[in-house]
Amino acid sequence: MTAERDIGAQHNAFLEALLAIDRLEVRRLLEELVTEMSPVMMVEQLIVPALEVIGERWEQGDVSLAQVYMSGRICEEIVDTLLPAANVQQQRQPVIAIAVLEDYHMLGKRMVYATLRSGGFVVSDYGRIDTDNLVARVVRERVAILLISVLMLPSALQVKAVRQRLDAAGWRPKIIVGGAPFRFDRQLWQEVGADAMGSTASDSVALVTSFLEASA
Amino acid sequence: MTAMTSLERVLTTLGHQEPDRVPLFLLVTMHGARELGLSLRDYFAHAEYVAEGQLRMARKYQSDCLYALFYAALEVEAWGGEVIFSDDGPANAGEPMIRKPEEIRTLKAPAVESSPVLGRVLEAIRQMRARSEEAMPIIGVVIAPFSLPVMQLGFEQYLTWMYEQPEVVKHLLQINAEFSVAWANAQLDAGATAICYFDPVASTTVVAREQYLDFDHRLSKDVIARIKGPVATHVASGRCMPLLDDFAQTGTLAVAVSIEEDLALMKQKVAGRVSLLGNLNGIEMRRWTEVEAEVAVKAALAAAGPGGGFILADNHGEIPFQVPETTLLAISEAVQRWGRYPLDWVSNER
Repeated sequence: MTAERDIGAQHNAFLEALLAIDRLEVRRLLEELVTEMSPVMMVEQLIVPALEVIGERWEQGDVSLAQVYMSGRICEEIVDTLLPAANVQQQRQPVIAIAVLEDYHMLGKRMVYATLRSGGFVVSDYGRIDTDNLVARVVRERVAILLISVLMLPSALQVKAVRQRLDAAGWRPKIIVGGAPFRFDRQLWQEVGADAMGSTASDSVALVTSFLEASA
Repeated sequence: MTAMTSLERVLTTLGHQEPDRVPLFLLVTMHGARELGLSLRDYFAHAEYVAEGQLRMARKYQSDCLYALFYAALEVEAWGGEVIFSDDGPANAGEPMIRKPEEIRTLKAPAVESSPVLGRVLEAIRQMRARSEEAMPIIGVVIAPFSLPVMQLGFEQYLTWMYEQPEVVKHLLQINAEFSVAWANAQLDAGATAICYFDPVASTTVVAREQYLDFDHRLSKDVIARIKGPVATHVASGRCMPLLDDFAQTGTLAVAVSIEEDLALMKQKVAGRVSLLGNLNGIEMRRWTEVEAEVAVKAALAAAGPGGGFILADNHGEIPFQVPETTLLAISEAVQRWGRYPLDWVSNER
């Protein structure tokens, strides 16, 4: 019971430090835990759940986009520097790629990328890309899961063309979409032929995990 | 009740009284180009096209204002930033114009009077004023000093600097504030009736209230006090319920409401103090049937119409180009049908 309470307290302290964008406190807490938890446990039981809570609280209006973004970046840095061993777990994963499709707003993609990296996933970042190049690259690199981030409605609608072009090429990756148009119209992801939508950056970890498990 | 002019209708509702019907601000920026058979790039390159487009849109949809927003990235274009046009959506800001903190130390705001792109907007306002009745409100637009850095710095860099280099950010905001005041007043001088003060970064969707209070609140209060006309604050689909009292203190007359918030509850909180604008879902609007448009209009009218202090509009401040004319007409007809005061049907249907 005491140990459970301690873990709960540590989780809360970690969450609060992230929301306060207190890098030093985040690192101090992790250094305390490093003797008790393996790197993979830290990612799976501490970092990812914390980012999920932050994402849920953003969707409820209780935390800000700035906190979601900064906490994601802090966790990404941690996973990249303090816990490199956790990445080894994902080396044999299918190819996952993320892109901003015909849109000039990069923040959402950056947040999802940071969250996936924090979850230990290896992700190919295609940056900003147009439909032709995205389709060609996805087919060439045999991408299994494609995450597409947009802010503008025309870009969201363009996902339909990506799906049709991939179908025509005989390659059917799972497409996960996210961004404001999908949040404001909950039917839009289906209309454009995506397989799922994420409301928050942290949804990406659960969605990618479920697609990987289903294909295993 | 005798039919009011659009200006009377709007002023009455801003005075928290019931006019003849709920005013409709159908904030279309791009549909005028389609009406004139022009590409968006050509349309926005000529003040007379935009003036003509706005006049035609207001007539067609019985909207109670003309809207002087070309595209949000226009302001950063005036600062020397890159703007990328699209065939089917608003122009976007390109690469950030400021990459290093030291660039802010020597940054100078553009002079409104000598900027060709700002001059084009002013000319469009002058033409709208000359060609419309005095009784038609013209809404000018400024991006708030606290929100302009998204395009000046890029969103990622801006959020990071807000935490890591707050003094640099505050210096930039001061420079922006002087520009916002000058730009807003130039639009009022050209004939705009009121200013829509776009401040999406203030929204609690984007920053915590503490950050808004630290960076923006006093600054916006000062800017709005120096704008020589009425101001409405718009957070472009973001949430702002926790900021309503803060916004009221800035001197703004109206606040735009997100579809993600409870319009009726917002009305309860500010009734008699601040008017509300909103909150039709512009993204869903693209696929609404005429019946769905009517249902959405009725829901908004019922939530915030009684007692005045309400203008029906979309929740983003810019209706997507993909929303068809039939839907815009359905919205307009629904306001004509259900928006006439007194809104007795609201209590009858409860």
